[in-house]
Amino acid sequence: MRIVSRGDRLYRTGLTTLALLLPLLLFFIVSELVVGSLPAVKQFGLGFLTKSTWDPVAGQFGALPLIFGTIYSSLVAMVIAVPLALGAAIFLTEFAPRWLRTPVGTLIELLAGVPSVIYGLWGLFVLIPLQRDILWPILRPVLSWLPFFKGPFYGPSVLAGGTILAIMCLPYIAAVSREVLLAVPAPQREAALALGATRWEAVWTVVLPYGRAGIFGAIVLGLGRALGETMAVTMLIGNRHEISLSIVQPGYTIAAAVANEFAEAASSMHLSALVLAGLVLFVITVAVNACARWLIWRVARGSAVGSAAI
Amino acid sequence: MAANTSRRVFGAFMTGATYSAAALAILPLAAILSMLIVKGAGSLDWNFFTRSAVPLGEPGGGFANAIVGTLIIVGVAGAIGVPVGIGAGIYLAEFGGGRVGWIVRFVADTMNGIPSIVIGIFAWTWIVRPSGHFSALAGSAALAVILAPIVARTTEEMVRLVPNSLREAALALGYQRWRTSLTVVVRTAGTGIVTGCLVAVARVSGETAPLIFTTLGNQFFSTRVLEPMAALPLQVYVYAVGPYDEWHRQAWAGALVLILLVLSLGTLARVATRRRQAGA
Repeated sequence: MRIVSRGDRLYRTGLTTLALLLPLLLFFIVSELVVGSLPAVKQFGLGFLTKSTWDPVAGQFGALPLIFGTIYSSLVAMVIAVPLALGAAIFLTEFAPRWLRTPVGTLIELLAGVPSVIYGLWGLFVLIPLQRDILWPILRPVLSWLPFFKGPFYGPSVLAGGTILAIMCLPYIAAVSREVLLAVPAPQREAALALGATRWEAVWTVVLPYGRAGIFGAIVLGLGRALGETMAVTMLIGNRHEISLSIVQPGYTIAAAVANEFAEAASSMHLSALVLAGLVLFVITVAVNACARWLIWRVARGSAVGSAAI
Repeated sequence: MAANTSRRVFGAFMTGATYSAAALAILPLAAILSMLIVKGAGSLDWNFFTRSAVPLGEPGGGFANAIVGTLIIVGVAGAIGVPVGIGAGIYLAEFGGGRVGWIVRFVADTMNGIPSIVIGIFAWTWIVRPSGHFSALAGSAALAVILAPIVARTTEEMVRLVPNSLREAALALGYQRWRTSLTVVVRTAGTGIVTGCLVAVARVSGETAPLIFTTLGNQFFSTRVLEPMAALPLQVYVYAVGPYDEWHRQAWAGALVLILLVLSLGTLARVATRRRQAGA
């Protein structure tokens, strides 16, 4: 539309300025991270990503255990969260009695509003004792031959951190999956039912495949949340710089290392290494989130489904 | 017939499985809320709200400094982040059709996905390092950076919901575009925008990670934004991972206050939305 009056021009200029603050801010964030991590990049180069020693006293920093732990704990979280979130989403769209849909949906949304530190507190004093004193004695004889369950279980571990991450990501995955399933046209279901499918078969053979890309997007979105989640993981994962496949052993994540060490870092190289670790986390999460948005957008095609949930 | 029966049984079984998945999904919420009340409510007394932290071993002591600190930090963050977010949101809805709009939208979505701890690093390198000391203001800045893109996107959604006919009516009456936008379009979307802001503020008020090395925390009562300040989520974290039972007791109480704060903001938002729908 053509802009005529001075007021219009002023209004538009003002709003544009405010809007452009966001790209400017993102530019600042990236440049501050890059500049802050330059000393570590110069010192360690690619070795930062492939070495496993993290020794602030000797000035040696290799972030491989952190990167591994970040991804591994998030994958553990996905293994737990995805079936539950999808089950809940299918329940809410296909099977739940109508009067139950809104309250259950609201409760799951509320789960997303609980602050991370409260999950951490609860995990520390409720979840860990539960897993250590009740679950582990039962599961240990059955599972301890697997490499994923080797070694003693003291409590703070990838399992504890992954479980809390699962609880935290679940509402995001469930909410977006639900939107995706709601977007599946009713005639698709009806056709399957008319052919004699049971309601479950209609869901499994028609509805889920139809929403496949969107559901995958929802899962990737949850993964993005899990990768960058900080407080609850810091409190539960055990904070040990080692790579282990066993989920009952302690691990570490990038976010947790930054949270623990940043305020106390004494040398400028330690700080720079932590900023670089943050930059790595930034790149991973931005890539994962972009992937998720693309997948959801492909399904939603410009409707508000994806953006509202993200 | 036998095949049919087994299909039906399997279908019923899987339907039951989705019921239990939904139940399991809600279970943690119930478990967390009940534990917060059981372990926290008993410690909420007059002291808790009126006194600051005391050295270990002394009786009493509370979260007054942390509660006031959080209100200040989040208040300042809102004062910075909300106007930017609303402005950007209106821009996106009213003028955001072109390439600039696409970029701003993409950037806002990208920023929404940045882990809050990374925003904390940014606030540290941007404000704490140059100024040479930790400050509540740096924490507010971090929270504002998280807040602005969320507010921008929800504001955009709300302004877009306003029917075009309203806009056309105002323009037909000879209103200029800016006046139409502000007094008709934005005003119509007003409650929705307020709701979005409340939800966003509720979300950042529980953030801990970006505060650890910006506001740092403070044992004492302080309202000076250029110095380290206590914050509710931060204090809950420090007390939870600390070794003392007395700290743990207070951490539960602090967490209860924190979730009441977050939930009441969320409820306020829901009430505002409902009133709007009732009025429409």
